[in-house]
Amino acid sequence: MQSTDKNKTELKPVRITGNEEISPNVFMVSWKREGDFNPGQVVKITADKQEPPRIYSICSGNEEADISVLFNVKPGGVLTPRLASMKAGDEIYVSQPYGNFGCDDSLATWISTGTGIAPFYSMIRSGRFKNKKLIHGVSHANQFYFEDFLSKTLGENYIRCCSRENNGDHFPGRVTEYLLGLPELPKADKYYLCGQALMVVEVRDLLIQKGVPYHHIYAEIFF
Amino acid sequence: METTKELLFGKTLNELIQVASDLGLPRFTARQLTDWLYKKQIGSIAEMSNLSKSTRELLSEKFDFGTVPPTKVQVSVDGTRKYLFTTARHQFIETAMIPDDDRITVCVSSQVGCKMGCLFCMTAKQGFQGQLSAGEIVNQIRSIEETTTVSNIVYMGMGEPFDNLDEVLKSIEILTSDWGYGMSPRRITVSSIGIVPAMTRFLAESEAHLAISLHTPFDEQRKSLMPVQIAYPIAEVVEELRKYDFSGQRRVSFEYILFKGLNDTPIHVKELSRLLNGIKCRINLIRFHPVPGTPLVSPDEETITHFKNQLNDKGIFTSVRASRGQDIYAACGLLSTKEQNLKI
Repeated sequence: MQSTDKNKTELKPVRITGNEEISPNVFMVSWKREGDFNPGQVVKITADKQEPPRIYSICSGNEEADISVLFNVKPGGVLTPRLASMKAGDEIYVSQPYGNFGCDDSLATWISTGTGIAPFYSMIRSGRFKNKKLIHGVSHANQFYFEDFLSKTLGENYIRCCSRENNGDHFPGRVTEYLLGLPELPKADKYYLCGQALMVVEVRDLLIQKGVPYHHIYAEIFF
Repeated sequence: METTKELLFGKTLNELIQVASDLGLPRFTARQLTDWLYKKQIGSIAEMSNLSKSTRELLSEKFDFGTVPPTKVQVSVDGTRKYLFTTARHQFIETAMIPDDDRITVCVSSQVGCKMGCLFCMTAKQGFQGQLSAGEIVNQIRSIEETTTVSNIVYMGMGEPFDNLDEVLKSIEILTSDWGYGMSPRRITVSSIGIVPAMTRFLAESEAHLAISLHTPFDEQRKSLMPVQIAYPIAEVVEELRKYDFSGQRRVSFEYILFKGLNDTPIHVKELSRLLNGIKCRINLIRFHPVPGTPLVSPDEETITHFKNQLNDKGIFTSVRASRGQDIYAACGLLSTKEQNLKI
C-alpha cells in the first residue's frame, strides 16, 4: 500500500447506485467503481462533508461495476440512519480504497461476526478464496447475508455460527464456542479476524491459548 | 451517579453562556459558573454563594453540579495511586496519580474500554463500552485528593483519545482556558495509536504535546500487535507528523513498549532511526507488564539499557520510563476489569 499517498483518503462526491436492506437494520450501499482496489481494503464515507467520515470495508468484488459496503444502522448515530434513508442518485462522499488487509493463497481461516464478513466476501467475490475457510458468527439466522452464494462457493469451508437460534443448519453458539470445541487448530495457518473489538480480542486470545502463534493472527477492527 | 438532569461540570464557557441565555439569566452568570465549577472546590449548585437564591433554584431544576468522587483508591508503596471511578452508566474507569519529586502527574482515561484491540493491552480485553464526556475526563483530575497540586496530565489511561476527539479537545479547553483551570497546554500530553485524521485535527486545534504508540517500525509486525496498522500505517502517521514543526515548545514523542525477542533487536534500532529521521522527537521505552492471555514478555534490564543506548547513539533522544505502582494493578485496565468481573 502506498500509505503516504494523501489522495487516497481525500473525500470525493459520488452518486449512490443502490442501497438495499439485506437483513434487518443492515444495508449494502453501492456506487460506481472508478478504479482498481485490493480486496480487504477500506473506504471512508460520510453523507455530510462537515461530519467526520467513518471507515468501512469494501464487500464487493474487485471487478464488479460497483463498490459496495455493508453497514449496521446505529440508532442515534450521525451517519448510518441518514445513509439508510438514502436512495440511488443521492450524493455521498467517499475516499479511494486504501489499507492492506489482504491475504495470499496460503492456508488461512477467516473469522468474522456480523458485517465483519465484508472484507472476506470481497475476497471471495474477487476469486481469492483458495485454501480459505470462512467462519461467520451472527445472532439470528437471517443475518447470514450472502448465505446461498457462500454455501455454493465455499461448500464445507463455510461455517455458520448462530448464537440465538438453532435450526439445525448451523453451529448453535458463538464463534468462540465453535472454536473452543475444535480438538485442534492448524498452527501453521494464518487467521484473519474482522468484527467488533471484543470479539476480535476474545478470538485472538482463544487462538493463542490453543497454540496459534500471535504473529499468524491479523485483525481488522471496527472504528 | 444516578441523575436525569444535565451536568454543569464539563461545560465550556460558551456552553454556559448558552445555559444562562436559555434560562433568562445575565451573560455574566456564565463566568460566575466557570469560577465555581473550575476554580473552587465546591460540590453543589447550592454552594454557589454569589448567585441569588432564585438563580440557584432555577439552575438546580435543570442541572446537577456534576462532579463524582472515586469509588475506590489503591495506594502503591511508591506513592502511586490508582483511582476507580464509576460512570453515569455504571461502568468503571481508572485514573492514576503518579508523584515524582516535585511533579504530580495524573493519567486520565478517555473512553470506557477501547475498540483498538492492541495485543498487549488489558483495556482492549474489555471491548468498547462507551465514550467519556469532557466532564467525566476532567472529573478524574478534579475529584482526586491531589487535585490542587496536579502539575501534569497525560491522556494515557483507558481508551483511545483520538477515537473520542471532540470530548478530549473540550476537556483540554477546560483545563487550559483562563476561565477553566488555566493550565499550560505544555503540561498536557495526549497519547494515541495514530488515527491520522483525528491526529491532524488535534495538532491544529490544540497546543498540547503528542505521544504516538509506535512499538515496532515494521508493518507486518505492527499489524499483529496493533490492528490499527491496517487502516493507519505508522509510516503514514510519521509522514503526517513531518508537516509540523516540533522544534519549539510543542513536543512529539513515541511510546515503545519493549517485548523480549520481538522488537528489541538492532534491526529495530536501525529501522526506527530510518523511520524517524528528520523529526525532532524522543522515544520513551516502556517495560511491559504482562497481562493475562498475552504471549509477550519484557526483556531483561541489560537488553533495555542496550536498546536505549543504541537509539541514543543514532541521535534519537531515548529514555526508559520508570515503572510505577506495580503492586496495585499498574497496567491500565487491570483494576477496572477486575471490578467489572466482580460486578458480573
